[in-house]
Amino acid sequence: MRMFVANLFLALIWAMITEGFTIGQLGVGFVGSYFLLWFLRPLVGGSVYFLKMWQVVTFSIFFIKELIVANLRIAYHVITPSSFFKPAVLAVPLEEMSDLEATLLANVLTLTPGSFSVDLSSDRRVLYVHVMDADDPDAVRQQIKDQYEKPLLEVLR
Amino acid sequence: MFFELITCFLLLIGAIFSFIAALGIVRMPDLFTRMQAAAKTGTLGVGCTILAVATFFGDIGVATRAGLVILFLFLTSPIAAHMIARAGYISGVALWSGSVTDEMRDQYDPVTHHLSSEPRKKSDNDSQMLGM
Repeated sequence: MRMFVANLFLALIWAMITEGFTIGQLGVGFVGSYFLLWFLRPLVGGSVYFLKMWQVVTFSIFFIKELIVANLRIAYHVITPSSFFKPAVLAVPLEEMSDLEATLLANVLTLTPGSFSVDLSSDRRVLYVHVMDADDPDAVRQQIKDQYEKPLLEVLR
Repeated sequence: MFFELITCFLLLIGAIFSFIAALGIVRMPDLFTRMQAAAKTGTLGVGCTILAVATFFGDIGVATRAGLVILFLFLTSPIAAHMIARAGYISGVALWSGSVTDEMRDQYDPVTHHLSSEPRKKSDNDSQMLGM
């Protein structure tokens, strides 16, 4: 967290000393100072921050890509006749996680292709997910755990 | 010129996906597939429109507010969809006849709405519900 504040502070300084305080300059400053701090690792420490930041960026890019794919697939389902999909409500067993992690996982599942989180069981052990194509329920469950649960928990922990 | 093109492109994409969300609500066969269409395409449609606002003004104040709007949209719209689907399920909306399985069937306690994670035994509450 301390490294994040330092990074943001350096980006602000960069945006102030260059001509025009714009969002583009702020972004350039942030990326530049990230690499600057990375070179200065032996001096300033905080190697966890660099890994976390990298994970957050890659997960965000992955999430936006999945969001666009999800929308194209839903558009396809809406336009074509409805006999092409096989919906089902599946129970997906969850790892032990906090309220925030469960909320974010449910949100990510709702916005990614083919799945829609309906409800979390009261003891928080199972998430009930409505899926669009449930030809093979176990494969869908495994895919949800591998593709979304594992990376999300890696980013948050 | 370049930013105007991006603005036009984003507005067009946003309008198309908002239209698909509306079409999906009419065309999909049951509540849950309708919520799938509305939650996903609605979010991307509104998100693209807000991004278009940010690129149109190109101002740091507008851009940060647009970013916050998109963040809150991504956080809240799935929760709204979840609440609607849950309310529908509890009040007994049937799944589409083409659905494969429903592993949530009979998992709600009809009185307390406690959702169990394992297959639930029939309790007194169920017979109370049947009696009314």
